[in-house]
Amino acid sequence: MVAAQPLLKERTDAPHAAAPYDVEAVRREFPILGRTVHDRPGRTGKPLTFLDSAASAQKPRQVMDAVRHAYEAEYANVHRGLHWLSMRATDRYEAARETVRAFLNAKATSEIVFTKGATEAINLVANSFGRTFLQEGDEVVLSEMEHHANIVPWQLLRESHGIVIKVVPVDDDGRLDLDAYQALLGPRTKLVAVTHCSNVLGTVNPVKSMIAMAHERDIAVLLDGSQGAVHLPVDVRDLDADFYVFTGHKLYGPTGIGVLYGKRHWLDRMPPYQGGGEMIHTVSFERTTFAETPAKFEAGTPPFVQAIGLAAAIDYVSGLGREAVAAHEHDLLVYATEKLEAIPGVTILGRVPGKAAIVSFTMDCAHPHDIGTIIDFEGVAIRAGHHCAQPLMERFGVAATARASFGLYNTLGDVDRLVAALETVREMFGR
Amino acid sequence: MSDDLRELYQELVLDHGRHPRNRRHPDSFNHEAFGKNPMCGDALVVYLMLDPQGVVTDCAFMGEGCAISMASASLMTEIVRGKTVDQANALFAAFQHLATGEGEVDESVLDEDDLDRLQALSGVRQFPIRVKCATLAWHTLHAAMQGEEMVSTE
Ligand SMILES: Cc1ncc(COP(=O)(O)O)c(C=O)c1O
Repeated sequence: MVAAQPLLKERTDAPHAAAPYDVEAVRREFPILGRTVHDRPGRTGKPLTFLDSAASAQKPRQVMDAVRHAYEAEYANVHRGLHWLSMRATDRYEAARETVRAFLNAKATSEIVFTKGATEAINLVANSFGRTFLQEGDEVVLSEMEHHANIVPWQLLRESHGIVIKVVPVDDDGRLDLDAYQALLGPRTKLVAVTHCSNVLGTVNPVKSMIAMAHERDIAVLLDGSQGAVHLPVDVRDLDADFYVFTGHKLYGPTGIGVLYGKRHWLDRMPPYQGGGEMIHTVSFERTTFAETPAKFEAGTPPFVQAIGLAAAIDYVSGLGREAVAAHEHDLLVYATEKLEAIPGVTILGRVPGKAAIVSFTMDCAHPHDIGTIIDFEGVAIRAGHHCAQPLMERFGVAATARASFGLYNTLGDVDRLVAALETVREMFGR
Repeated sequence: MSDDLRELYQELVLDHGRHPRNRRHPDSFNHEAFGKNPMCGDALVVYLMLDPQGVVTDCAFMGEGCAISMASASLMTEIVRGKTVDQANALFAAFQHLATGEGEVDESVLDEDDLDRLQALSGVRQFPIRVKCATLAWHTLHAAMQGEEMVSTE
């Protein structure tokens, strides 16, 4: 990989480079990356080039070991058993909450609610915060680059409670229009719900100043950190976010686990989202009193093994060094952008400086679905479609895009394989 | 290039995918339907002119999509012209059969030449998530003939 040299050099010169990032050592922790795809009896397929981490990331051994250990050695229901094993499982679950607290730099573990994903966390806020603090005619400000998970819950609230949804537009490079944002913040605005980082464009939004602008008018802000928590350091106190949500499976953790961070000030005043066990103080048929946060929001047996797995993922990522990972991903982004732009007919959507390693593109000769199918045969896994962001697709006048998204285990060679596979597409369609 | 891939993107498919025939808004038509594949967002409109005897005198479509969906729509518009509604329905059934392997085909009512051309799209059978790309146009045609305005592949 001769062409990769200048980028590597750039990295060694950078001040943060203590030890070089050993991506091959990292890859050895992800057993799945060693497999081939499209295997047939009597024929080995192609080595996997996995460029779909923004949809869901692969898992390191550390996570699988933690999950396995939780089932093998420390499994019993949490918070209800008086027996030793239940207390041990409870300790592990609560330790996971502490890991998440530290990861987000939240003030207290009582501000960390486990959910089954980002989607459930947003629905929780839409229901509980929405029903309590929003009235007919009140406004929620979203952005044009939101994932459906941060659109549809608010539309449901619009149907049930008559709230009004306002949308911050995106410019041609994929940047939020901050003047328009400022102008949308009005006397009826009660909440801003925007993504920290776009899952399509890679744009990292200036959320700290957006929060400051909202807070000047006493408007609460929810950040969708599904991609942000993966690619960026997050400090909810520095950001002063009211709510921050993310999802475990994109952060190299298990499926079925997500996090809602909420300021205690809000969580204390919000009613439960679902009813059941775990979340009560006392129950009689006349009257039930609820537990304190976070238990109040965790009805039923929680996904505690998954929470333990998520904590292992956070430990793993933190152990690699978030700056080192970010620098590595930046190298991948720079290299991929350069290589893709050199292919005739390729257009990249999302060109805001400081973006995360997510590259959406179109080709003038082929539809994204054809691109996806064809390069899959070379073992290259990308996502092709609307990425659950149809309003954004409409904004850019496309039905779909192809998207290569990078994780901490990708290499410059992965980019080369993507580019080579796209040449096959051009051979087939480029006439 | 792999054989499966060649199966899927046969020359006829690539040709019709790149240069779809009858992709136009006809001046006159008496049936139309809108078809959508919610999974991928592809959408198209099929326009149909049926004469009093129920014979298709013109069939056209508008829309954009992948090579498979464009090729399928394009081939369909050529094949159904001059057919009766019953024959077009039989072709729809035959096409579904060859795209999914499901259902029965009554070959006696079908033209061998037409079947040969449709066969070019049978490669989708190996690609379950692409089957709907191939069948969208036919579902939409079916809806238009039934007098329905809208159809979804979900
Ligand atoms: C920006 C963004 N928000 C929300 C989600 C939803 O995450 P989940 O499906 O894990 O709840 C995703 C991922 O699909 C995403 O990329």
